Amino acid sequence: MNPNFLDFEQPIAELEAKVEELRHASYGQAFNIDEEVARLREKLKIKTAEIFRNLNSWQITQLSRHPARPYTLDYVGVICEEFQELAGDRAYADDAAIVGGLGRISGRPVMIIGHQKGRDTKTKVRRNFGMPRPEGYRKALRLMKMAERFGLPLLTFIDTPGAYPGVGAEERGQSEAIARNLLEMADLKTPIVCTVIGEGGSGGALAIGVGDRVNMLQYSTYSVISPEGCASILWKSQDKARDAAEALGMTAPRLHELGLVDKVIREPLGGAHRNPRSMAIRLKAVLMNQLDELGAIAEPELLKQRYQRLRSYGAYQE
Amino acid sequence: MNWLQKIMTPRARTQSTTTAGKGKVPEGVWEKCGGCGAVLYRPELERNLMVCPKCGHHHPMGARERLLSLLDEGSTQELWASLEPTDPLKFRDSKKYRDRIVAAQKKTGEKDALLVVNGRLKGRPLVAAAFEFSYMGGSMGSVVGEKFTRAAERALADRSALVCFSATGGARMQEALFSLMQMAKTSAALARMRDAGVPYVSVMTNPTTGGVSASLAMLGDINIGEPKALIGFAGPRVIEQTVRETLPEGFQRSEFLLEHGAIDLIVDRREMRDKLAELFGLLMKAPRAA
Repeated sequence: MNPNFLDFEQPIAELEAKVEELRHASYGQAFNIDEEVARLREKLKIKTAEIFRNLNSWQITQLSRHPARPYTLDYVGVICEEFQELAGDRAYADDAAIVGGLGRISGRPVMIIGHQKGRDTKTKVRRNFGMPRPEGYRKALRLMKMAERFGLPLLTFIDTPGAYPGVGAEERGQSEAIARNLLEMADLKTPIVCTVIGEGGSGGALAIGVGDRVNMLQYSTYSVISPEGCASILWKSQDKARDAAEALGMTAPRLHELGLVDKVIREPLGGAHRNPRSMAIRLKAVLMNQLDELGAIAEPELLKQRYQRLRSYGAYQE
Repeated sequence: MNWLQKIMTPRARTQSTTTAGKGKVPEGVWEKCGGCGAVLYRPELERNLMVCPKCGHHHPMGARERLLSLLDEGSTQELWASLEPTDPLKFRDSKKYRDRIVAAQKKTGEKDALLVVNGRLKGRPLVAAAFEFSYMGGSMGSVVGEKFTRAAERALADRSALVCFSATGGARMQEALFSLMQMAKTSAALARMRDAGVPYVSVMTNPTTGGVSASLAMLGDINIGEPKALIGFAGPRVIEQTVRETLPEGFQRSEFLLEHGAIDLIVDRREMRDKLAELFGLLMKAPRAA
């Protein structure tokens, strides 16, 4: 088993290993095996397409958490010509689970805020596995208000298992920090585009997720609770996480169908981690388009439309 | 059947099994205090707003009783009573969501977990909302979110104050992302109230956690806690699993939140009416004589 591949990705891993092996073997050899490599590559593509054609919700949940999945700063690195990270909430600390800063995309200055996970053990711990504490949300709020003051559109990237459930976080008002952001984002006088790039974990995700457009990458998820958490509460068993993932309807196409998400951004064959650069370029194109659209709307109208969108969420009868 | 049940009327006997709730003392109209263990006469406890006259322990209180006891007698009018949940996802865990709705409606007599009324508080017009905890743990789904939003919009339109009593475990899982979005929706409505300078007081009762605490409950111009109410983002069990240690006594209780600056004050339920009237009186200019 290759640990960088999920179990259902193993056939892909094996084919890739074969391709590599052949290329290695052919190095410096007289005979030509280009044809064989090309054949294998074609097979790899077909196999990948086959696997990804019929993914279930649980597999998509795993993809959204894939260890090789691009994170906020990976996208920022490709889509921005310039980026200056800004730190701290000015009250308590700098939370590395949320990053934010000033960026320039195709010549246009923007404010960027996103959850950030770590790659290796050390950075995972430093980033707290992408689970923000109140100071993270308050840093985000500070940057949002700065965006408003300087007339910069706000782009947010969502990728968190959830807000951190710890003693210190409770002491410093995790609930209030999240609630405050929801209120302020509803009212922020600048265009906001939110994109779920990985895990959209409940209130911890929504706290930087209120805006004029909400996008989801094809294999990202967005849910009120993790499938594991839902299973242990409603089924009284963590083993039912697969069933919970299905029941929660947390995938991008499903949420788009329900009218809760505006746009699903297609991922490269095999998922964003198979080709982060092409994913970033695709994402950038969507964001630029949306910024153009939103930039053409006068501020009072923008806020009115944002309110109406938020107002329309819900399914009930009278 | 014990001696006490034998001397009770059959009516009192059946009432005891349906209304005693968490009292754990099935003997008719008697209820054991959750605080000091004293055996209390239920009608007297109700007259005392479900607060133990001996130790001051605040027992759970139904949404309807709470709002009726808060507002001026005869002034209350229920709003949007016909709003009912649907099941947009055909959600099914160990039970169907549809069946859970039916059971909760039967148990509580309420259509969903939030009750909204308008009325007067010592003569001042007020929109008041209260969560019914015994309806699926007071969880917030689309109906709760919609009703709260309408309550805020009504308060804004009438320029009358808004108060909300929360008693909730958080978002309703069975409505999945629809529930989560109610956090954004209710907060957006409160943003409008804030901009217009119409006061909103949030009263957090035991318990107020999860998605409700992380939205409408923490956004009061003034945040009030009832004594010893559990208030927090994550539930204590989740935190214990995360940090792998037992939590200190009193963690996430109102007194703890007051100490850490999350709420403005703690108010005994028996003084709530007077205190709210006083606060709204200070926040709102008296209507100018024409």
